[in-house]
Amino acid sequence: MYDWHEIGALDAIPRLGARVVKTPRGDVAVFRTADDQVFALRDRCPHKGGPLSQGIVHGRRITCPLHNWVLELDSGEAVAPDVGCATSYPLRLENGRIWLGLNNGTNVSADARESA
Amino acid sequence: MKKEQLVLVGNGMAGVRTLEELLAIAPDRYEITVFGAEPRGNYNRILLSPVLAGEKTVDQIMINDLPWYAERGIVLHAGRPVMRIDRMRRQVIAADGTVAGYDRLLLATGSDPFMLPIPGNDLPGVIGFRDINDVETMLAAARTGKHAVVIGGGLLGLEAANGLMKQGMEVTVVHVLDTLMERQLDSAAAELLRVSLEERGLRFLMGANTAAVLGEEHARAVRFKDGLEIPADLVVMAVGIRPNIELAKQAGIYCERGIVVNDTLQSYDPRVYAVGECVQHRGQCYGLVAPLWEQAKVCANHLARYGIGRYQGSATSTKLKVTGIDLFSAGNFNGGPGCEEIVLRDPARGVYKKLVVKENRVQGAVLYGDTVDGSWYFQLLREGTDIGAFRETVLFGHAHMADSGRDGFSVMTMADDAEICGCNGVCKGAIVKAITDQKLFTVDEVRAHTKASASCGSCTGLVEQLLAATVGAFDKTPKEKALCKCTEHSHDQVRKTIREHRLTSLRAVFDFMEWQTPDGCHSCRPAINYYVLSTWPGEAQDDQQSRFINERVHANIQKDGTYSVVPRMWGGLTNSKELRAIADVADKFQIPTVKVTGGQRIDLLGVKKEDLPSVWADLNAAGMVSGHAYGKSLRTVKTCVGSDWCRFGTQDSTGLGVKLERMTWGSWTPHKFKMAVSGCPRNCAEATIKDFGVVCVDSGYEIHVGGNGGIKIRGTDLLCKVATEDEVKAYCGAFMQLYREEGRYLERTAPWIERVGLAYVKSRIVGDEEGRKALYARFLDSQQYAQIDPWAERASGRVDAHEFQPLQQVG
Ligand SMILES: Cc1cc2nc3c(=O)[nH]c(=O)nc-3n(C[C@H](O)[C@H](O)[C@H](O)COP(=O)(O)OP(=O)(O)OC[C@H]3O[C@@H](n4cnc5c(N)ncnc54)[C@H](O)[C@@H]3O)c2cc1C
Ligand code: HEM
Ligand code: SF4
Ligand code: FES
Ligand code: FES
Repeated sequence: MYDWHEIGALDAIPRLGARVVKTPRGDVAVFRTADDQVFALRDRCPHKGGPLSQGIVHGRRITCPLHNWVLELDSGEAVAPDVGCATSYPLRLENGRIWLGLNNGTNVSADARESA
Repeated sequence: MKKEQLVLVGNGMAGVRTLEELLAIAPDRYEITVFGAEPRGNYNRILLSPVLAGEKTVDQIMINDLPWYAERGIVLHAGRPVMRIDRMRRQVIAADGTVAGYDRLLLATGSDPFMLPIPGNDLPGVIGFRDINDVETMLAAARTGKHAVVIGGGLLGLEAANGLMKQGMEVTVVHVLDTLMERQLDSAAAELLRVSLEERGLRFLMGANTAAVLGEEHARAVRFKDGLEIPADLVVMAVGIRPNIELAKQAGIYCERGIVVNDTLQSYDPRVYAVGECVQHRGQCYGLVAPLWEQAKVCANHLARYGIGRYQGSATSTKLKVTGIDLFSAGNFNGGPGCEEIVLRDPARGVYKKLVVKENRVQGAVLYGDTVDGSWYFQLLREGTDIGAFRETVLFGHAHMADSGRDGFSVMTMADDAEICGCNGVCKGAIVKAITDQKLFTVDEVRAHTKASASCGSCTGLVEQLLAATVGAFDKTPKEKALCKCTEHSHDQVRKTIREHRLTSLRAVFDFMEWQTPDGCHSCRPAINYYVLSTWPGEAQDDQQSRFINERVHANIQKDGTYSVVPRMWGGLTNSKELRAIADVADKFQIPTVKVTGGQRIDLLGVKKEDLPSVWADLNAAGMVSGHAYGKSLRTVKTCVGSDWCRFGTQDSTGLGVKLERMTWGSWTPHKFKMAVSGCPRNCAEATIKDFGVVCVDSGYEIHVGGNGGIKIRGTDLLCKVATEDEVKAYCGAFMQLYREEGRYLERTAPWIERVGLAYVKSRIVGDEEGRKALYARFLDSQQYAQIDPWAERASGRVDAHEFQPLQQVG
C-alpha cells in the first residue's frame, strides 16, 4: 500500500527537466516531459549509481549523466543493449500539484525490489 | 571620340542590372547618368520580406552602394524622380529641375502597388508593400499598434503578413477568393499552406470583399461588404501591381498595360529602351526578377551595339519566402484539356507534390513541404524533356533517380547553358568556370563571384552539388553521416540550415528539419543548442535542459554525484587573497580534496550540489569567476613565467596568456579548447599540444594550432609567425571563430584540422586578411553575450535556483 505525499507544483519542475525529493529511503528523481507527464524513479542509475535527476530527459526516457545509459521513465528499465532497472514510484497529478506514492511496507515484493 | 550619353530612369533591380551587364561587355561606351526616386543606392527588393520579418537588415540587402556608382564614373541622382521626358531635345527633367541629355534612354521605373479604389484608401496607416519606406512604416506601426490587416492573399501579401506577425502584430489576411495564392497554387496546396500559416498564428478571412477603411486621422478599422468590421492600426494592400508607365505615356511613348517593347527591348522610339516590370513584351508583363535578368542581358547587348540576342519571353517559377514553409510553383499547374496530373501526398510529412504533364512533358508543378526538386522540374519544363522513361518515379525526385542509377541525372549531366540560379540567371557553365578559374571553394565565394544563390537561396543545393562535383577529385561525394538517430541530416546540414533560415531555437530546428523524435535525444540536443547559440549569438535561446549536467550547473559532476569547482586563475597567476578565499571555502564547506590541476589552477573536489551557489558566492567575493572547467568552452591558458623572470624568456608569455584568457573566457566551442603561451622554444608551458599554442621567439610569436594531449597525442601544426601581441590576439580570435563556426560538435581542433586540412585553415586565417578580420570581429561580437560569469548569476539566486534545491523532503 502507498502513503501519498504532496511534493510540490508541476511548474516547479522545468519541462524536460527533473527535481529531487529527499525521502528516508534515499533520493527520488521526479521528471517532467515536454507534454507535462511526470514520472518518478529512484535517483540511482542501475549501472554505477549515477544521479538520474541530473541527466537529459527526451521523449519518455532519461539519459544518465555519468555514462549515457538510457532508461524508460515509466518502468525504469534500461534500453537495450544495457540491462538493469531503476525502481519506479507512482505519481498523481491533481490540480497542478504532484503527489508521490511511497510504499509503506505492506507490499513486500515492491519493497524487496527497492532495496535490492 | 566623345562618349555617348546613356540615361537610366529608375534605380532599381532591372535597370542597374542592365548597367552591370553593359559595363561587363562595353565598359567605355557610355557616360552614364542614373535617376532614382528613392534616396539610396540599389537594393534587392526581393529581400524586403526578410527585412520585415527581422531576418535581415537593410544594409544586408544593398546590391550597389553609393561608392559602386562613383567607382564606375556613374552620376547618380538619388532621390530625384524624373518628371518629364523631352524627346525632341533628348532630355530628361527631374523634379528638382536637374536636366540630363541622352543619346540612349533606358526606362526601368518598375511598378506601383495597386491601391483598391475604396473610401479611406488614402488614410495614414494604409500602405502598399514595395520599398524600404513601406517596410519602415510597417516596422514603426508594429511598435505602436496591435492589429494589422493585409488585403490580398498572394505571394506579397503573405510575406507581408508573416513579417508583421514576426514583429508581434495580430495579423488578419483578407482575400477575395477562397484559396490563397491562386496564381501560383492549386487548391490542395493552397489549403495546406493556409492551415500551416494558421498554426503559426495568422488569421484568414477568405471570400471577403473589402468595402472601406475607416478612421478619421488614421486607419482604425476595415469594413467589409457584409458589414463586418475588424480593427486595424495598419492596412497593407497587396492586391497587385501596376506597371509604372506615367512618365513614358506623357512623353508619347506607346504603352498598353506596360511600355510596349520588342524583342530587343526597344520601345516605339528606338532611342528609348525599357526593361523590368514597367514593360509589356509580347502581351506579357512580369512581376518577378528572373525574366528581368534575361531582359537586362539582351538589352545590354543591344546598348553595347553588339546586336545579338533576342528576348523571347520567360517561363517563371516562384517560391514563397516565409521561413519554415517550402513552397514552389511553376508553369501551368491547374491542367486542362489533354493534361494529366501526377500527384504525391504524404500527409505525415506534410508533403504534397503535383506535376501537370501533357504528352509526357512537364507543363507545370506545385510542390509543398519538399521543394528540393523544384529547379529540376522547372528545367524539365523549360526544356520540354520527355519524361516517359522515368515517369513513375519522377515525383521521388532526382536524387532518387541518381541513386537507382537509372538515368544518372545529376547536376553534372545538365547542359552547360542550363540555368541553375533562376533569380540571377546564372547557368551551369558560368558557375563551373568560375569555380575552376577562380579556385572557389565555398558557396559564399561562388555567390560573390557569380551571384548564383545570392537572392532567394532556393538554388543553393544545386550550387553546392556543382561545387562538390567540380572541386572534389572524386566523382561522388559520400553521403554524410546522420547527426544521430533522430534525424537523417548531418551535422553540417543542420548547421547550414540554422544559418540560412535563421533558426534560433531547438524547437525551430526540430520543426523545420522534421525531427523524427518529439524532443531529440542526449546526442542531438546539446549539439543543436551549441549550433544555434554559436550561429546567432545574442539572439538564440540557450536551452538549459539541452545542456549536459556540467554545463547546466556550471560544475563537474563526479562519480559519487558531488561536484568539483575550479575558479579561473588568469594565465595561471594567483595571489594571497585568492588562495585565502579558496582555503576558507574548503574549510567552511568541508571540501574533501583540493588539487592543483594540469591547467595551472586549483580544483575543489567533492562539493555537494546544494552548496554550489554559496561556494561560488564566497569565491566571487574574492574576485574569482568560473573557470569553465566543465564546459565545451575555453578552459585555461597555461603560461610559463617568461621574460619577467626567466633567464631564457624572450617575451612576456605570462602577460600575453592573461590577455588571451581575458579575451576568450566564456566562449562556447564545439569541444573543449585549451591554450598555452611559452616564453621561448624550451616550451615549458607545453604549447605544442594545445588547441592554440604560442611559442615566443626573439623576433615575435609562433602560432601553433590543433594540438591535443588526449588519448591520441597530436603535436600542433605551425600556422604562422607574427610580430606583435595584438596580432596574436587577432589570429587567436579568428582561429577560434573558424573552429566555432565549422568544427562539428564534440570534434576537437585536432580531428577538425585533419578533416579539413591545414591548408584550408591557413587559407582562411593567413591567406585571407579580410576574412580573418571578419572572423575576429564575429568572435568579439559574440563574446559580449558570453562573458557573463555564470557563477555570479546563480549565486544571486535569480538564475536556475531549482537546479540546486531539492523539490521536497518527505518523511
Ligand atoms: C516585398 C517584395 C518581395 C518580392 N519577392 C520576390 C521574389 O521572391 N521573387 C521574385 O522574382 N520577385 C520578387 N519581387 C518582385 C521583384 O522585386 C520585382 O520584380 C523587381 O524588383 C522589379 O524590378 P524593376 O527594376 O522593374 O523595378 P524596381 O526594382 O521597383 O525599380 C524601379 C525603380 O524605379 C524608381 N522610379 C520609378 N519612377 C521613377 C521616376 N520617374 N524617376 C526616377 N525613378 C523612378 C522606383 O522608385 C524604383 O526604385 C518582390 C517584390 C517585393 C516588393
Ligand atoms: C581525452 C579524454 C579526457 C577527458 C575525458 C578529460 C576529462 C577531464 C575532466 C572531467 C576534467 C575536469 C576535472 C574536474 O575538475 O572535475 C579535466 C580536467 C583537466 N584535464 Fe582532462 N580530460 C581528457 C584529456 C586530457 C588531456 C589529454 C590533458 C592534457 C594533456 C588533460 C588535461 C586536463 C587538465 C589540465 C585539466 C584541468 C583543467 C582545468 O584546470 O580547468 N585532459 N579533464
Ligand atoms: S618556456 Fe622558456 S621562457 Fe618559459 S619558463 Fe621555459 S625556459 Fe623560461
Ligand atoms: S551510472 Fe548511469 S550510466 Fe553509468
Ligand atoms: S534561384 Fe533564387 S538565388 Fe538562385
